[in-house]
Amino acid sequence: MSTEKPRPTFQMDGHDVPFDEGQSILAAALAAGRYVPYLCYHPEFQPHGSCKVCTVKINGRTHASCTTPAHEGDVVESNVDELNDMRKGLVQFLFTEGNHFCPSCEASGNCTLQAVGYDLGMTSAHYSPLFPDRPLDASHPEVLLDFNRCILCELCVRASALVDKKSVFSLAGRGIQKHLVVNAESGKLADTELSVDDKAMSVCPVGVILRKRRGFQVPIGERKYDEHPIREVAVQKQKGE
Amino acid sequence: MSPDVKEVKKKLRVATTSLAGCFGCHMSLLDIDERLVPLLDLIELDSSPLTDIKHCGPCDLGLIEGGLCNAENVHKLREFRAHCKILVAVGACAINGGLPAQRNHLDIRECLQTVYLTGLGVERGFIPNDPELPLPLKQVHPLHDVVKIDYFLPGCPPSADAIWQFLTDLIAGRTPKLGHGLIHYD
Amino acid sequence: MTLDPSAIVARHHGDASRLVQILHDVMAVEGHVAPPVITALARALGLPRGQVEGVVEFYSFFSSEPRGRFRVLFSDNITDEMAGSHELRKHMLDSFRLQPGEVSRDGLVSIGTTSCTGLCDQGPAMLVNDRAIPRLTPARIGAITSLIRGDVPVDRWPDNLFPIASHVERRDLLLSTELSPGAAIDAAIARGAAATIEEITRSGLRGRGGAGFSTGTKWAACASAPGPERYIVCNADEGEPGTFKDRELLAAHADLLFEGMTVAGFAVGASKGILYLRAEYPFLVEPLLATLEARRRAGLLGERVRDAFAFDIELHVGAGAYVCGEESALIESLEGKRGIPRNRPPYPVTHGYLQKPTVVNNVETLVAAALVATHGAGFLRAVGTPKSSGTKILSVSGDVARPGIYEYPFGVSVQQVLDDAGAVDTQAVQVGGPSGMLLSASELHRRIAFEDVPSAGAFMVFDGSRDMLAVVENFTRFFAHESCGFCTPCRVGTTLSAQMMKRVVSGTGSRRDVKDLAKVSNLMRATSHCGLGTTAGNPVLDALAKFRPSFDKRLRSLEVLPTFDLDEALAPAREATARDDEGAHFTNQTSQAEKP
Ligand SMILES: Cc1cc2nc3c(=O)[nH]c(=O)nc-3n(C[C@H](O)[C@H](O)[C@H](O)COP(=O)(O)O)c2cc1C
Ligand code: SF4
Ligand code: SF4
Ligand code: SF4
Ligand code: FES
Ligand code: FES
Repeated sequence: MSTEKPRPTFQMDGHDVPFDEGQSILAAALAAGRYVPYLCYHPEFQPHGSCKVCTVKINGRTHASCTTPAHEGDVVESNVDELNDMRKGLVQFLFTEGNHFCPSCEASGNCTLQAVGYDLGMTSAHYSPLFPDRPLDASHPEVLLDFNRCILCELCVRASALVDKKSVFSLAGRGIQKHLVVNAESGKLADTELSVDDKAMSVCPVGVILRKRRGFQVPIGERKYDEHPIREVAVQKQKGE
Repeated sequence: MSPDVKEVKKKLRVATTSLAGCFGCHMSLLDIDERLVPLLDLIELDSSPLTDIKHCGPCDLGLIEGGLCNAENVHKLREFRAHCKILVAVGACAINGGLPAQRNHLDIRECLQTVYLTGLGVERGFIPNDPELPLPLKQVHPLHDVVKIDYFLPGCPPSADAIWQFLTDLIAGRTPKLGHGLIHYD
Repeated sequence: MTLDPSAIVARHHGDASRLVQILHDVMAVEGHVAPPVITALARALGLPRGQVEGVVEFYSFFSSEPRGRFRVLFSDNITDEMAGSHELRKHMLDSFRLQPGEVSRDGLVSIGTTSCTGLCDQGPAMLVNDRAIPRLTPARIGAITSLIRGDVPVDRWPDNLFPIASHVERRDLLLSTELSPGAAIDAAIARGAAATIEEITRSGLRGRGGAGFSTGTKWAACASAPGPERYIVCNADEGEPGTFKDRELLAAHADLLFEGMTVAGFAVGASKGILYLRAEYPFLVEPLLATLEARRRAGLLGERVRDAFAFDIELHVGAGAYVCGEESALIESLEGKRGIPRNRPPYPVTHGYLQKPTVVNNVETLVAAALVATHGAGFLRAVGTPKSSGTKILSVSGDVARPGIYEYPFGVSVQQVLDDAGAVDTQAVQVGGPSGMLLSASELHRRIAFEDVPSAGAFMVFDGSRDMLAVVENFTRFFAHESCGFCTPCRVGTTLSAQMMKRVVSGTGSRRDVKDLAKVSNLMRATSHCGLGTTAGNPVLDALAKFRPSFDKRLRSLEVLPTFDLDEALAPAREATARDDEGAHFTNQTSQAEKP
């Protein structure tokens, strides 16, 4: 798409980033090849703004970049120690909150949370783990739900409601008790309308919604973030669109 | 971190141990292959599964694999903390409990009862109560839940390259830093 | 009474936005919302079942599991704690042989806690089913215990248990000005809508709910937002612990409040107003409905208010969620959803209730607006400071001789309030509640005003005998309980803070805990989604800055101490093996092996 008028720009870490009217700081930055770590954002959905890993400083104040529209002349800081430390702190919160045993996780190597942890140089969750008790749901013939790893990003909720029109997933509870529920009185996935080709099957950034008997198919070394760090993969994906 | 580390004239005294771990991390340490020789020029081993020394003496560096599953693990960890200037949690189990911690949502009483009393094929069972045996903790914990940990070296196990990078950084007095490909949680 | 979900839904015209009110009706019949009832409600309302389940599990006054026929909830504000609520609760739990939150085997009773119930001037307080009981004493607890044992329905309990006292200790502009019903509306009509907004702007009226936004500017933005429908919402959620000034306004000045809402409706062109009342004030429901009815009969509400415009007011009752005081979460709650704060922009003035332009104002703001509409901008301007015109109503509680309601011109010093309320040996004052500011004894000269110490109304006083760390611990517990869980920093940060403060208070905290408390608090402040998370670290950060020695005194020499009780962690295995030898315990000796 080419227009006569030059697109407006903002500054990020000293570079000009062009944007379209109404575009978020995050979307514009990714499109321009500038990575900002994120978890709950997905280009096909309305931004959610819950993980806060995409936090940047806009004109000196912290904001989630995925929910903040860009304005001409904004001065944005992103890839600086102070913000990367905050992001690392948030990723550590998520590891502390859930049960993330990567060695036995099918998503390992393809997991956004893990890849962002690598990118931020996180070597431990730092805090005392909460070790929540979150039983698996293996009721569905083809799909396993491992709630231990849910980061409550609502991507599956959004995909199932808006694309699949099934509302298979919802969030319930409050605060640290907040958890994912499925749309059935039994509480079992088998009693929902989920099918394996639903959009909701493909959006989870971590290892919660899993196809049975498909685990560990990609050999180590060839998984999504084995060869290139998420910092490169994320902007390549954007550029390819 | 510690100024002593920079003085390489003296060999770095290193202790290692495996708590609730699988020895995978120790195997990985041995996996650094031909680099082991130059490494042994720089370090000398104190208490370790690789030596005969039972208890940890004053050391520059302690490397611990495995998490805290029972009372003995805790005592060993404290012994290391008391004697090592720098203590490193090595591997997933030491860092977040790892595989053993997947028992954390079970009741340890029921586990013991199932294993020793009511389980399949158990006859005339009884739960071992020899005072020599360490009692299991209610939950498996990472090391940093009990003592100060100076560095974490993740991986299950961390690759030989990661261990090499980490140790050479430390020995040279740099803050260890693992880049892409070396930092792994699996 | 048996439950008929579809009849209840029909009574609410099948309107899914009334889900919270529908669930109140279900709770009133059955005491819980059972899974099949959730399914039936979802079907009748055309909502995904998971969404209804999500709402049931969000609000602390709803439950999908049966609780006791008598649901006892002790108010857990620090002022209740200081007045002995923990001992009273323990006593009651023991006499029923129950654990906190547990339901007795016969299904008779459950005893738990709830966040501040707004009776801090007459605590300790509790809620039993839908009734509030203030001024608890061992004798009153004894009486309540017998009534429960006797299975006497709460509406047959003696009247002397329930009266809520009104302690107005100082009146100024708002609490002393009488207005005949309709006077403010008439004045507004006479002045015209645009001029009324201008008058409000010129009065310098700023929101009394916390943020201090200019009320005139807010009204003007709503009035000029496109679209035919607009709403006026009165925020009577009053969830900030230690705040009970709206309770007094709603109890004694409801006409003035409704007058203010009606003026706002006229000024911005809204024909509907909604009063969002916190569920902790059930005793206000009947009187408020009666006042609304009287105003309808007097032609002050309805299709033709003073023959000039249409405006009516509906009452919505919350369900135990502090976050629903945040205006966009409140709107979500009004729409029958979980109270999750929205992303902004857009703001409620353009996209509020049902995505329509909406004014959300605090009770006190609207009362002041009614008086400005009647008497003009100068009425407010004449008192207060240039940046904070008018008065502020404070709810004073804690270590004072005369707790209660005090109205002052803005600019009053903290010391003045303390003197008037009879405080001695004051160690600290928490102004504006846990999300506000903790002042130490050296700051009592500071003034209550937007430009110095702003306050949404709470004013809790702690004398020299109080453990300030226990105060902070109570506040961290409050935030952990009330975080909506939407965003990572607040959801996880509030829980970690509460755990670390608990360790510090109990003497098992370490220097690492204190460092981490500051780190977590700052992270919440910088990255949280709404005001709950951005302020949740305030008590910890204020206490670290002003009461640091209290922390240091509590810490032991090691930088890191176990985050859990080692010896207790062996207890289950000791039990299973019937061992009690030395090796089956962690003794002090073992910990001495470790050098600092
Ligand atoms: C967590 C949280 C709780 C709040 N609780 C209340 C409340 O109980 N009452 C209130 O009037 N405002 C409360 N507010 C402020 C509202 O969001 C909003 O600013 C206010 O209702 C606007 O009215 P005002 O301009 O008249 O003050 C709260 C804000 C937050 C972030
Ligand atoms: S979801 Fe990601 S971070 Fe969590 S265990 Fe799996 S790979 Fe690790
Ligand atoms: S299951 Fe996955 S997609 Fe769904 S909320 Fe949890 S982390 Fe997000
Ligand atoms: S700050 Fe807390 S209350 Fe506010 S949105 Fe985030 S989790 Fe919810
Ligand atoms: S990506 Fe922006 S808040 Fe999650
Ligand atoms: S022992 Fe090395 S990762 Fe578990």
